[in-house]
Amino acid sequence: MAELLQFAFSGLTVGAIYALVALGFTLIYKASDIINFAQGEFVMLGGMTTVFAALAGVPLPLAALIAIIVTTAVGLALHRFAIEPARDASPVALIMITIGASIFLRGVAQIVFDKRFHSLPPLFDANPIQFGGAAILPQSLVVLAGATVIVTMLWLFIDRTLFGKAVIATAANRLAARLIGIDTRRIVDFSFAISAAIGAIAGVLITPIALTSYDAGTLLALKGFAAAMLGGIGSAPGAVAGGLLLGMIEALSAGYLSSNYKDAVAFLIILVVLVAIPQGLFGRAKVERV
Amino acid sequence: MRALQRFTVAAATGLLALLGAGHQASAQLKIGAVLSVTGPASFLGDPEKKTLEIYVDEINAKGGVNGQKLQLVVYDDAGSADNARTFATRLVEEDKIVAMVGGSTTGATLAMIPVFEEANIPFISLAGAIQIIEPVRKWVFKTPHTDKMACEKIFADLKSRNLMTIALISGTDAFGKSMHDQCVAVAPKAGITIALEESYGPRDSDMTPQLTNIRNKAGVQAVVNPGFGQGPAIVTRNYSQLGIKLPLYQSHGVASKQFIELAGPAAEGVRLPAAAILIPDKLPNSDPQKPVVVNYSRTYQQKSGQAVSTFGGHAYDGLMILVEAMQRAKSADKAKVRDEIERTKGYIGTGGIVNMSPTDHMGLDLSAFHMLEIKSGDWTLVPGT
Repeated sequence: MAELLQFAFSGLTVGAIYALVALGFTLIYKASDIINFAQGEFVMLGGMTTVFAALAGVPLPLAALIAIIVTTAVGLALHRFAIEPARDASPVALIMITIGASIFLRGVAQIVFDKRFHSLPPLFDANPIQFGGAAILPQSLVVLAGATVIVTMLWLFIDRTLFGKAVIATAANRLAARLIGIDTRRIVDFSFAISAAIGAIAGVLITPIALTSYDAGTLLALKGFAAAMLGGIGSAPGAVAGGLLLGMIEALSAGYLSSNYKDAVAFLIILVVLVAIPQGLFGRAKVERV
Repeated sequence: MRALQRFTVAAATGLLALLGAGHQASAQLKIGAVLSVTGPASFLGDPEKKTLEIYVDEINAKGGVNGQKLQLVVYDDAGSADNARTFATRLVEEDKIVAMVGGSTTGATLAMIPVFEEANIPFISLAGAIQIIEPVRKWVFKTPHTDKMACEKIFADLKSRNLMTIALISGTDAFGKSMHDQCVAVAPKAGITIALEESYGPRDSDMTPQLTNIRNKAGVQAVVNPGFGQGPAIVTRNYSQLGIKLPLYQSHGVASKQFIELAGPAAEGVRLPAAAILIPDKLPNSDPQKPVVVNYSRTYQQKSGQAVSTFGGHAYDGLMILVEAMQRAKSADKAKVRDEIERTKGYIGTGGIVNMSPTDHMGLDLSAFHMLEIKSGDWTLVPGT
């Protein structure tokens, strides 16, 4: 029993990390149908900027704030200078641009920062909480709480504000949105900025557990994307559910089956789920009206 | 006016002739190097290149080897074995080198071996894998210690503490895999039983399920973690998070201050094998390697402004073994130099004390590694190792 609980705690820790990364995909996809593969680099920038600002003597909360601002600016710049000029291209071409941007950001981070691994001190205690013979780090709960807060804010914002409605309208039909007076460019600008900020917050929160380095973003983006697809891309609660589920599957298969095949098992289950429910667990099926 | 011009031309011609003559009088010994200066393996090639440049300059300032100056020809393979092979051919056919130091990675080295074997040029590799020198090839040598030796060193320490049943948790990256395989291969000979094998991906952020299984496995007396990068730091943290009290061994892959920083207080009591070069100030004064590693560390840090790594040390050893062989051969004749490299005995380098033979083209034994234990956030030398 204690061992099942420990595997579940591990799944929760890893799952909360995936959930936070997956959330970043949501808003940009909602507003522009683009899957932003530079999302992992936002997470990396959040972590690395905090580390280096803290090394320069900035107090940690301020360092985290600087990191979020810097990453938001990078997100805005990505939209203004790379996505916006190519706005008439197909979503596939735009997705390729985000892949290019992720390689570029990784290269810049390698030069501006360094190639070493870094860590941050946890928000609260570093000592694990013991529960029923299993142990979990307080920071795992912080990551989980962070994901919950972000989901709630996103939901309030999208469903309860006029600006949020404008985001949905832009996603549904950009031309129609423009015709009724929505500044669609500003909407997409905004979605990139907020997604970058979410990525940066994820980076700050997960670095005490997962460590960070200039190339940490690639695999995080891959796992986060898989989680987002599993939960239904574009759905914020889906991203969290997908992340936690992916983390649980990995931890349980590492514990009960074999640690060699845990990634394979996880991706196999995702494949099966997506074949059965192509829109993901929480996604809405796309209905084309003819 | 015209006279002046004629004079200038004549003077210039004369000067050129003089220069040419001077050049011929001290024909240079060309030493080739193909290193991964950029790309994913730049952490190997970059310090190696800097080391070779620093010491070739120093040797030339002291008059060169056998009265001839050395000339270093370096190419950057950017981590690709294909490039390495192309450059190797160029070194043989165009640059006409007399000897070769380098090949940062095992892949590049294995790709270049046929070129130098065919051209009969002595080749000292700076890469890790044991396949480079097993089976022994006539013209190929190497300076770095192998994963197999790290496993043997750990097993010897386990035996001295009477811990005979262990669990392995290894990274699935190239380093972790190779060392895992070597450890599994030498365990029976060392009398060590591996009761459980677990693994983790190089980018995983939590290893508690694997460690829970290890904790629950009856009879395990110690845990060994072959791995590189961030994985071992997270394993060490999770290990203390779960409150596992068994001795934990890390590999030489994480023998850097960074590991202690990342793992934090969890690193207390962790043991790992490391080369002398990482702990120059921890070595007792009686250690024969002490002056060599202290000197190299000081010179490298001064001239390059970077912290010392094991890899630069491998390049230092490669160059010095070659230079000493040339001095003993009293010529740069390739066959004579090769024979003298093979006769290297008692060379004290950064990687250990080298005793080569026709059957051993590396020449290091387990004394090349020192067993370290982390105490109050710093390395301490385990007595008797």
